[in-house]
Amino acid sequence: MDTLPVASGDAAEPLTPAQLRELYSLMVAVRHLDTSAIAWQRQGIIPGYAPELGQEAAQVGSGYAVDTTRDFVFPTYREMGVARTIGVDMVAYMSTHKATWHGGLYDPLESRLAPIQAVVAGSVLHAVGWAHGQTLDGKDGVAMTYFGDGASSQGDVHEALNFAAVMKAPVVFFVQNNGWAISVPTERQVAGGSVAARAAGYGIPALRIDGDDVVAVVEATRRAFAHARAGNGPVLIEAMTYRRGPHSTSDDPGRYRSLDEERDGAGVDPLERFRQRLLADGVADEAFFAEALAAAKAEEEQIRTGIQALGSRPGTEMFDLVFQETTPALQAQAANWREESEHV
Amino acid sequence: MSNSILEGESAVHPTLAAGAPESTAAATTAVMSMQQALNRALDEVLADNPKAVIFGEDCGRLGGVFRITDGLQAKHGEQRVFDTPLAESGILGMSVGLAMAGFHPIPEVQFDGFAYPAINQIVCQIARMNYRSRGTMPMPITLRVPSFGGIRAPEHHGESLEALFAHVPGLKVVSPSNPNEAYHLLKYAATRPDPVIFMEPKSRYWQKGDVNLADGGSPTGAKVMREGRHLTLVAWGAMVARCLQVAELAAEDGIDIEVLDLRWLKPIDAEALAASVRKTRRAVVVHEAPLTSGLGAEVAQLITQSCFDTLRAPVERVTGFDVPYPSGDLEDEYIPNIDRILFGIQRVLEYKRG
Repeated sequence: MDTLPVASGDAAEPLTPAQLRELYSLMVAVRHLDTSAIAWQRQGIIPGYAPELGQEAAQVGSGYAVDTTRDFVFPTYREMGVARTIGVDMVAYMSTHKATWHGGLYDPLESRLAPIQAVVAGSVLHAVGWAHGQTLDGKDGVAMTYFGDGASSQGDVHEALNFAAVMKAPVVFFVQNNGWAISVPTERQVAGGSVAARAAGYGIPALRIDGDDVVAVVEATRRAFAHARAGNGPVLIEAMTYRRGPHSTSDDPGRYRSLDEERDGAGVDPLERFRQRLLADGVADEAFFAEALAAAKAEEEQIRTGIQALGSRPGTEMFDLVFQETTPALQAQAANWREESEHV
Repeated sequence: MSNSILEGESAVHPTLAAGAPESTAAATTAVMSMQQALNRALDEVLADNPKAVIFGEDCGRLGGVFRITDGLQAKHGEQRVFDTPLAESGILGMSVGLAMAGFHPIPEVQFDGFAYPAINQIVCQIARMNYRSRGTMPMPITLRVPSFGGIRAPEHHGESLEALFAHVPGLKVVSPSNPNEAYHLLKYAATRPDPVIFMEPKSRYWQKGDVNLADGGSPTGAKVMREGRHLTLVAWGAMVARCLQVAELAAEDGIDIEVLDLRWLKPIDAEALAASVRKTRRAVVVHEAPLTSGLGAEVAQLITQSCFDTLRAPVERVTGFDVPYPSGDLEDEYIPNIDRILFGIQRVLEYKRG
């Protein structure tokens, strides 16, 4: 399915060998950090994590199209790969999984990544509002909002698609269809079998792409950005991928699918697939891959050290960050808390 | 002809009055309905803050079903005042994004009961984003909600959601009781950096009163609307006018009632409550919302905490009932009426320690 006009200008430019290698390095970094985060959970370093094994191409490829000088990304809780790709401080990002602070400790305005969001369709409408703000301000930023096949069942997604289409808001709706909404497969989740098909009903051009092909993802997302940035309104991309692991570190996928089913559904590993392609095209060699992996390991170590060093936030922040202008009741509760906790 | 902002002007816009001769008290006071006062406040907010935007269902060309936004689109343009698709979650979710982008959204939910479809965005998003983003993404959103009953409207068009909103960390709640309060409280709310639920008593939209355009006094806290010695009636929104009526009737029997307009339902002005009840030593809270877990319980507890030793009787509540808001024919039975409020007063005055 492709109802988006063919790209022109920069969006049509093929990726350079250096860019292809950069994409691979990002995917390796994300893969390594993702699998490490699961280990951290098993080791008790973090209480929980939402893995994205198998979604590296969809996340790195889409994030690669974001221009952090003007665009803004609205994630859910499974966009670590996007965050890494657009350059978010990963210790601050992982702090949300460390249970240090809901939403993470990074600065969302500087990072261009809205706080991590646990309501699956919660931020889809925020992207529309932010994007409409770009129109009102006469700016050319594009909002990209991430959600999954499960979230597409929520009313907010439909309200957002309708709002964005009516207002011609510059939004890219990036759907990672990973086959599962926790335990419920897409066919029991998405009527019509495709989120992209729904876009037509809103008059929104859509692309349904191979979300495990990082190059295809970059190209599609660039096209979508170019379309939205030129004032043509929103675009929906449905990246078909597969969540290879559990929904979260608390999930047991063995209760709803067998290993055989997992193997069949997952197909070829997107990272291995890209590696073979780079090798075949002579863009990268084994030495490069080894170097990329070493860099990913070093980075992961640095992030782990960083989050292990993270202490708890001072309790006063609990009271201080509710409002810009606090209330007498909150001040009284904070004072009471200080007094009683000092006696412990 | 509708009550447009362009007609019936009897006073100078304070911000446009620069260079004009010094205003006299007469020139800065105007008689207007609450609808006109709210309309004027929004007009001035748009003029003063280029980042303020008004939107919702039918608030553009139509000027809102209550005409609160009448004439604003024509005057300020379709970018500042616009109609949205009919979807409350969409309206409130869009407000979050606009606030993130540096705007001051002033969305309208057409009727109180229609806030329910948007509760997720109000509670999980608007109320929490400042916290979640560690103060980097404030939500200066003023959500206008035509509230409470009294107009014989269909189901879901007359609800009292104040306890629900006030219970949510991260939200502030205010309700005006007359045109003067409406004008000043809305102008204040619409310049705050935090989300404010602005509950407009729709049964009072067409009541006229003096609006002092120059001096509104303090826009925070509660306000004594009538001084009295024997008992404090605590109310907000449409119930303030009814309590003032009750106070006049009670005065004929020599009972001197103080009426406290709570105004801010969050944060509640505990000091004003304490000051009033320490003086009168008796209190009755009056609200339209159902009794159980209503805001009256919170008010009563605040009074008990600060005035336990001076209270002559337990704090009474006169409220709606724990029933779904009834149809128009039963509305007068549901909303606290003069008799029920008088009974409440009587219970407190005749209370004897056991």
